[in-house]
Formats: sequence, structure tokens, C-alpha cells
Amino acid sequence: MTINPNQVLKFSPLHRLQWEEAQQKHVILYPEGMVELNQSSAEILKCCDGTRNLEQIVSDLEQKFATTGLTNDITVFLEIALKNGWVQQG
Amino acid sequence: MAGFNKANITPPRWLLAELTYACPLQCPYCSNPLDYAQHRSELSTEDWKRVLSQARKLGAVQLGFSGGEPLTRTDLTELVKHARDLGYYSNLITSGYGLTETKIIELKQAGLDHIQISIQASTQELSDHLAGTESYQHKKTVAQLVKKHGYPMVLCVVIHRKNIHQMPQILGMAEELGADYLELANTQYYGWAHVNRDLLLPTRQQFEQAERVAQAYKEKVAGKMKIYYVVPDFYEDRPKACMNGWGTTFLTVAPDGVALPCHSARDLPGLDCPNVKDFSIEEVWYQSKAFNFFRGFDWMQEPCLSCDEKQKDFGGCRCQAYLLTGDMYAADPVCSKSPGHMIVEQAIARAQTVAALPANEKPLVFRNSKNSRMMTNN
Repeated sequence: MTINPNQVLKFSPLHRLQWEEAQQKHVILYPEGMVELNQSSAEILKCCDGTRNLEQIVSDLEQKFATTGLTNDITVFLEIALKNGWVQQG
Repeated sequence: MAGFNKANITPPRWLLAELTYACPLQCPYCSNPLDYAQHRSELSTEDWKRVLSQARKLGAVQLGFSGGEPLTRTDLTELVKHARDLGYYSNLITSGYGLTETKIIELKQAGLDHIQISIQASTQELSDHLAGTESYQHKKTVAQLVKKHGYPMVLCVVIHRKNIHQMPQILGMAEELGADYLELANTQYYGWAHVNRDLLLPTRQQFEQAERVAQAYKEKVAGKMKIYYVVPDFYEDRPKACMNGWGTTFLTVAPDGVALPCHSARDLPGLDCPNVKDFSIEEVWYQSKAFNFFRGFDWMQEPCLSCDEKQKDFGGCRCQAYLLTGDMYAADPVCSKSPGHMIVEQAIARAQTVAALPANEKPLVFRNSKNSRMMTNN
């Protein structure tokens, strides 16, 4: 699945993103399942708040972490997220 | 069992809270123990809250409210609320029987994340027959209400010889109801399903055909409905990695407070499963005899002990090994390397023979208190 660059990304209302103290990491929770996230994946998903499109998410994260060249990594991850239903567009 | 300490035991991730053995349904493949009628006491609301709090502190995050029928507990909403406050992702595993729109809204407000409804078949006649209760139409209504109120909707259909021919219709029904997930759970032969195995185990041909249909549908509905296909392990070459390894991930608490490494473990002899009324969840998980019993690999016999796949399946299921061979340390007979594998082959052959008999030759034993008492006394 490919990301529509013009549409905002929103975390799925059928999933829950939460910090797990015991595991010291963010996880995605859904019916009878859990995905453990590394820090960068969690940062990307936290940006999927229904107000930003891909380009805005990239620029916000590049600014936040004072770096450049994140477009490719973020796009690849969000495509996976879209395919798994963690995020939605439209 | 030596060599375990807190440092090398992983914390629990899943808590299955079996709130009650009471159930208005009588499914002949129920996974509750055959002698459930003897375990009549139930934990109090305060006990359950303490269990939830203690398990969450250790790291449990997925919580299943199950049973029996968890809706029969009048404190369900209170427990759901407590679970949400603690940060659990809570799953209600229900027959849907007796679930009203008011209750669905109340549970949502209390913080319930997801409702899984079981339907027994794709036709009213068969579904009601298997459930032992007129419930099919109500379940379909409930499924629509669950969707309407914004829950992810999971439909669970247990598959066996009586309904496996309905696979295309079951898939169609799930899609029509708008299920987000469909769990096609091939019957696992424990408890009541073990008693009825000759009548429930599909033939290999039936199983293979149904699996083809389900896999093809999986592609058709990709991105819309997720299909979880639980394989019938009797037709596998290798056993399932039961419970993801004993005492690594799963914690079940039975209605009377007995803590179990898997929901069938109370049938295993000599485990001395601890009761949460006597021990904290931390003591249960890290120190109890039962939870340490099959941790690691030291307990294994051959062919498991020297098997290069033992890290993958942990020798299979201890309850199945005990149920089929009488030895809970044996390799799971599902494994083709197991010296007891012929037991599984014989069971398949016998089911095939019984399948050819007229339908009224041998009746199903339904799960109810009368049958429970009768079978436990014999």
C-alpha cells in the first residue's frame, strides 16, 4: 500500500498506542495482540494525529531530532503501518 | 527446574481472567474442565481487582475476561473500569448471550477495548443445536451493535466436523456482519472436545478443503477483515508452541482463584497450582511449583531433549501429552517424531469411521452441570 502524500495520517481508532513501563517501550495493542515498537517507530506513530500529512511528519521529526534525510525511512515504515491497519488515511 | 530465578524468567504479558464457569450455552467442545461443576466458588470483586493490579504491575498488558460466560458476573463493568485505569487492553470473550445495547455502551464507557463474539455455525438450526440454546439471531444482532458502538469486532467460530462444510457460508456471514477479525478456531481436543472427539474431528479431506477455502478468502478480504486461522494440530507434523512456552507469557486465573500456566493445566497431576487467595501474583509467577514445573528444557525426555526444534515448540502441549499418553513429560503425540504419534493417527482413523455412521449412532455430550457431575462421578 502506498501513502497518499496529500492526505493526513491518523492512528487507527481500532488500535491503541501506549507506553509500557514494564517493557520500557511503546506498544500497539489490538484484539488479543501486541506489537512492540522501537523508539523511532513510536515517534512516527505519535505524529499520526490526523492533522499532518507525510511531508509534515517528516519535517516535524527532522526538526525535532535535528537531522535530515528521514523521508525514506519514514515512508517505508508508514507503508507497513498502513498495510497493518495501525494508521489510516482518508 | 533448577537454575531459575527472577532474572531469567520473563514477566507475564497476558492475563486470562476466567470470571465464572456459569454459562447459558452448552457447547460440546467447551475448554472448561469436565469437573467444572465441582468448582463452584468464585473470587470476589475485591480479589479480582487485586489480581488485576498485581499482574499489571509485573507487566501483563493484554487481559481477557472469559469464562464460562463473563456477562453473568454482575461486577463485570466495575472490573472493566479497574482494568482500564490500570492500562490494560481488555478483551471480552463472550457468547453474546444476554448482551444488550445498554450494556455494550456501559462497558465502552468503562473502557472495554474489544468484544469477541462466538457464533457456532452459519445457520440458525445448527448454531442453536451446538450451543444447546436458542441464540443465533440474538448473537447476530449483538455483533452489529458491537460494530455500531465503535469496538473492533471479532467473530469467533470454532470449527469441527459438524460445521466444517459451512466454511464458505461462515466466511460470508463474517463479511456481511462487518467483522474486523474472524477467528476460525479449529477445535483443540481438550476438556469436553476430548470427550466428543470421535464426533468432532474432521476427516483430513474435510480439513484440507476447508483450509483452501479459508486461505483463498483471506486474500479476497485482505485489508478489510483479518482472518486468524487456528490450525487443527492433529493434522500437523509438529506440535504447537503451546502457550508460547510454559510460564513465559500466559497466566490464567480460574473462577475459584486457582492460577494456571494454561487453562487446561488443572488436569495435570501433582502441580499444586497455587490459589491467588493464598499467594500474590508475583509469588505465583516466580516462585510457585506449578509455574516453574515445565520452564526451560530440563524436564524433557527423548526425543524432545536432543531435538533441534525444541526451542521452537517446547515439546508441544503438556496437557495434550498427558491426555493422550498418560505421561505429562512425554513428547506431544501430535509430533511425528513422538513414540506416541500412532495415538493421533488412530484417533484420526476412528473419527473417519464414525463419520461414516448414521448421525444418530452416538450423541454429542453437551457441556452442562448435569453431564459434568455425571462424568466426574464415574
